[in-house]
Parts: sequence; structure tokens; C-alpha cells
Amino acid sequence: MSGFAKPLKIALGLIVIAGLIVIPMNFNRYGLFILSQWAVMTIAAMGLNLTLGYAGQVSLAQGAFVGIGAYAAAIMTTHGWPLPAAIPVAIVLSFGVGWVLGYPALRVQHHYLAFVTLAFSTLAFLVFRNESWLTGGIYGISNIPRPHIFGIATNKPLPFYYVCLGSLAIASLAVWWLIRSPWGRAFMALRENPLRAQSLGIDTRRYTLMAFAIGSALGGVAGALYAPLTQYIDPVPFNLSLSLDLLMMVIVGGAGFYFGPFLGAMIAVLLPEWLRFTEGYYLMLYAIAVMGLLIWSPTGILGILDRYLAERRTKAASALRAVAKSRLETAQ
Amino acid sequence: MSNLFDLLVAGLATGAIYALVAVGFTLLWQTSQTINFAQGEFVMLPAFLMLAAMHAGAPFWLAIILGILMSMILLGLAFKVLLVDPMMRHGVLPLAIATMALAIGIKEAVKQFFSAEASPFPSIVPTGDIAILGHAVSLQSIGVLVVAILAVFGLTTLLNRTSLGHQMQAAAQNPTVARIIGVPVERMILLTFLINAFLVALASLLITPIYLAKFSSGEVLGQAAFIAAIVGGFNQVRGAIAGGLLIGVLDNLAAAYVSTQYRAAVPMIFLIAVILLRPQGLLGRAEERTV
Repeated sequence: MSGFAKPLKIALGLIVIAGLIVIPMNFNRYGLFILSQWAVMTIAAMGLNLTLGYAGQVSLAQGAFVGIGAYAAAIMTTHGWPLPAAIPVAIVLSFGVGWVLGYPALRVQHHYLAFVTLAFSTLAFLVFRNESWLTGGIYGISNIPRPHIFGIATNKPLPFYYVCLGSLAIASLAVWWLIRSPWGRAFMALRENPLRAQSLGIDTRRYTLMAFAIGSALGGVAGALYAPLTQYIDPVPFNLSLSLDLLMMVIVGGAGFYFGPFLGAMIAVLLPEWLRFTEGYYLMLYAIAVMGLLIWSPTGILGILDRYLAERRTKAASALRAVAKSRLETAQ
Repeated sequence: MSNLFDLLVAGLATGAIYALVAVGFTLLWQTSQTINFAQGEFVMLPAFLMLAAMHAGAPFWLAIILGILMSMILLGLAFKVLLVDPMMRHGVLPLAIATMALAIGIKEAVKQFFSAEASPFPSIVPTGDIAILGHAVSLQSIGVLVVAILAVFGLTTLLNRTSLGHQMQAAAQNPTVARIIGVPVERMILLTFLINAFLVALASLLITPIYLAKFSSGEVLGQAAFIAAIVGGFNQVRGAIAGGLLIGVLDNLAAAYVSTQYRAAVPMIFLIAVILLRPQGLLGRAEERTV
């Protein structure tokens, strides 16, 4: 989005944020649920965007990390711990598991890595389903309490929506800072050319593991919010299709673009709701829309915008050049 | 001991079906770098096409022919022309994601236009048992094995013994050189898509009588085919066959001797081990790494 002037960008950002705070105030229960879900899924997709979009490591396991976070939060909060205590546990747990999952990435790349993470995703699902002493098995965990934040109960949909939105804001700022830090640049170097990155003294080994671990940790955060959002979890939502959905969100929004996951999650969570009037056809239309978009622009929606802005810039630049040239000629 | 024998036969029968699906999967990968995440749905759909033909009044044999033809048109020709061709130049990942969307689309279409319930499907092999070496073996398992072996044998003969097969292999291994020596590469790629569509339709015909026709049945199958393809060797037809048989047997043995709850975990752990220890697959050749 580099084509806009800076004040315009800031103004646009403020309007969107104000809109996200004010407009949902008179939404009904369901509308708030969907919007909270969007915020949660954006956090998870942002994590995957870090792993895939910035560091270039394919992962089909982000859904499993959402599951790990969700189960950590559900188990702890139903045993009387507050959610703010459960979130760090979810982060540490998914960071650790993500770190370990990064090891195969040191050895294999691309589709092989995709399949290792796919297998991990299925294994995680089996653990959620079968270890019923811990996870409640197929019956899941119900009556997950919503937290008290600064002494305010967030049982009602609106306050909890603000919890999700606030968490999204914190996560967004953290990621914004990260991709501008030397780490973020190292991730991108890893994606563009691992060999050159290494010859520049970047410890590619450590950064690959980091890319996995941090991306997974954000998945864990999303999970820790998902559990109190739905207040009931069972293994089904965390199966492979969640990982595939999250991957689609990142690609559809635009992998490697900061705002990609926001848009991608919006399309994946909200578009089916808007298409609900078509009844049984809505997921079919969604699938067709995704395929059409990818044929048109494999870099996602932000890829279209990026290309458009780049074209406009080159046009403007060549126009300026033409003017300058004609001036030179008349001067002669 | 008799138990083990039964498990092996049943495992080989499911494995043979996995092998058919996995072979198609590797063919697509070799000729067009398509990782088809909808491969499982490709197996699920032809059964419904055949059922639709039967509902329209066609006898079973005609429904089979119509179903195979329709799946070759839809899953072969249309899939290549409408989705793979426009996306091929964009690289592996966007195309893989597009096939994920396609999988959702096919599932939803079947749910919407046919039924969300499982439907029974007639078997091409009569039910019943015959005695082999003093064991009762179901005719269905034998029939599945025979058909799958014939199909695989036919395919390998086509690939290795005929000029057409050599042209297909050339197109897969080095499209540029193949083009120079006059191989119609585009037509060869289309041919592999048609062969894949034929193989999945055949697999559909074999497996649906066992597991019923259901819109969601592709998920498990697609995963099994992936694993088979990778374990055997992503770039080898015989690797995919070996992988399919191996995964089928492993899956059945795991269900009996490990635990029914974690039976699905055994092929997965095996997959991870193979990828980490021998990424090119048990029978595969090492691929050159892209940077």
C-alpha cells in the first residue's frame, strides 16, 4: 500500500479502527460472534503469514496450533485459572511445539515440508480426540468461562468482542514491529534466497525455527481466544480443514503483505455469511470465488492492488519523464 | 496366524486402491507440477456420477461407462483447461491452494445436488467368500486386487512399452527437450490428466461399495493417496504403487495391533520418518533441490 500519502494512510487506518469499535455496538449476538471470529482468525492467519508469507516456509499445521492454544485455555480456565494466565501458557506451548516442528524444515522444503506439517496436523487432531482424560475426547470441554478484564466481566458478546479486537490490535502491533526489526528482514532474506542469507551471516537455522515458532505462537493466541469465544470446544474444528482454511486466507488476502491476513480472514469468515441467502450454495460459491481470484491474481487481493499501484507509479513516472524530455528539447 | 492372513489380504486390497489414486497423483505432479489436494474428492465424485446415471434409468454397466466418461471430461479435461492451465505459470503453491478450494467446491456440490447422507453403491464383484489355502477370503477383496493390478499393469505397459508412453515420460522429464525432438508436450500432459481421471473413476468404482458413497469420503482417501505417493517416491509410478500397498497393509495391521484410536497415526508417523530420512521416497530418485 505504498502508493498512498502517509497522512492519508493514517487517516484511513484511524477510520477503520473507529469503525471496528463503534459500528458493532448495535450488532446482534450473531453478528458480534462472526466479527469476533474474524478477529481471532486474523491473529492465526497473521502467524501463518509470518511463517509462509515472510519466511517462505509452507505450513499446513496452523490449525493444530489454534487447537493447542484452545485446549490449553479451555483446560486452565475450567480449572479456575484466569484467561490472562492461560494465554502465556498457550503461547509458550505452541511456541515450543512450533519450534520442534521447524526442525523438519531445516531438512526438507516446499511440498515435502507441507506434507510433514500436514501429518503433524493429523497427529494433533488424534491426540485431541483420543486423550479424553485431558481433552474430554469427542465430548469436548463445555462451559468455558469468559474472562474478567480489569474487573469487567466479558460474558456478554459486545465486551468479549472488544477483548478479541484488543488482542488483535496487540498482535498486529507486535507483528508490525517484528517485520520491521532485523528479525523480519532476516525472515524475508530466508524466503528470497536462503543461500545468500547464510553467506551474509544470518543464522538461517535459527531463523527458520524462529519463523515456525513465532507463527505457531500466534496460532496459540488465536486458539486461547477461540475457546472462550465459543465456550465449548471439541476436536472437530481443529482438524486439517482449519489448517487448509487458514492457508487459503493467507494466500487469498496476499501472502507476504502485512494486511493480507486481515482481508483473507474477512473473506473466509464474512463472505460465507453474506452469501448465506443463497442457502446451500454459499460454500460452493466461496470455492468458485477463491479459484477465480487465484487464476486472476495468484498473489491474492493485495497483489492486485500492488500491481495497480505499481502500474500507476510507472505511468506517472514515464509521464514526468516525457514532460522533462520535451522541456529539454524546447530549451535546446 | 489366520487373522494376520486376513489382515494382509484386506490391507492389500485397500492398498491397491490407494495405489491407483496415488499413481494418478504422481502423474499429475510429474507432468505439470500439480499437487492435487482434491484427489480424494476426485475419487468420491465418479461414484455419484454413476449413481446419477442409474437414477436416470441407465443399467449398471452403462452407468459405469457413463460415469468414467463424465469423470474424464470433468476431472480430466475441464480440470486441466479451466484450472491448471491458467494457473500453471504461477507456481506450485497457488495452484495447490486452488485445488484445496476445488475440493471444497466438489464436496459442497455433491452435498447440494445429491445428498448429505451416505448412499449404498452396487459392487462389480459378487459378495461372498472363497477358500484360499484354507482361509475364507472375500470375493470383493480378490476382485479389487485383480482389477487394480490389471489397471496398474496396463498403465506401466503403456508407459514403458509403447511409443506414446515414452513420449509421455519425455514430456514429464524434460519438456523443453521433448518439444525439440517433436513430442507434442501439451497433448501428453492432457493425456496424463485423462489417465488420472480414469484411474480415480476406477478407484471410485472399487472402493465405494466398501465404504458407501458419501460427500466427505474423499478426505481420508486423499490423505492416504498423498502418503502413499510420498512414501513410495513422488516421482516414480512404481514408487506410488509400492507406497499404496504398503500404506494399505500398514493401516490394517495398525488397526489390529496398535489401537483403533491411533490407527491413523501410524501411517502419519511413517510418513514423517520417510520424509526426514529419505525425502525422495523409498523407491524414488533424488530430485534436484531448487536453491
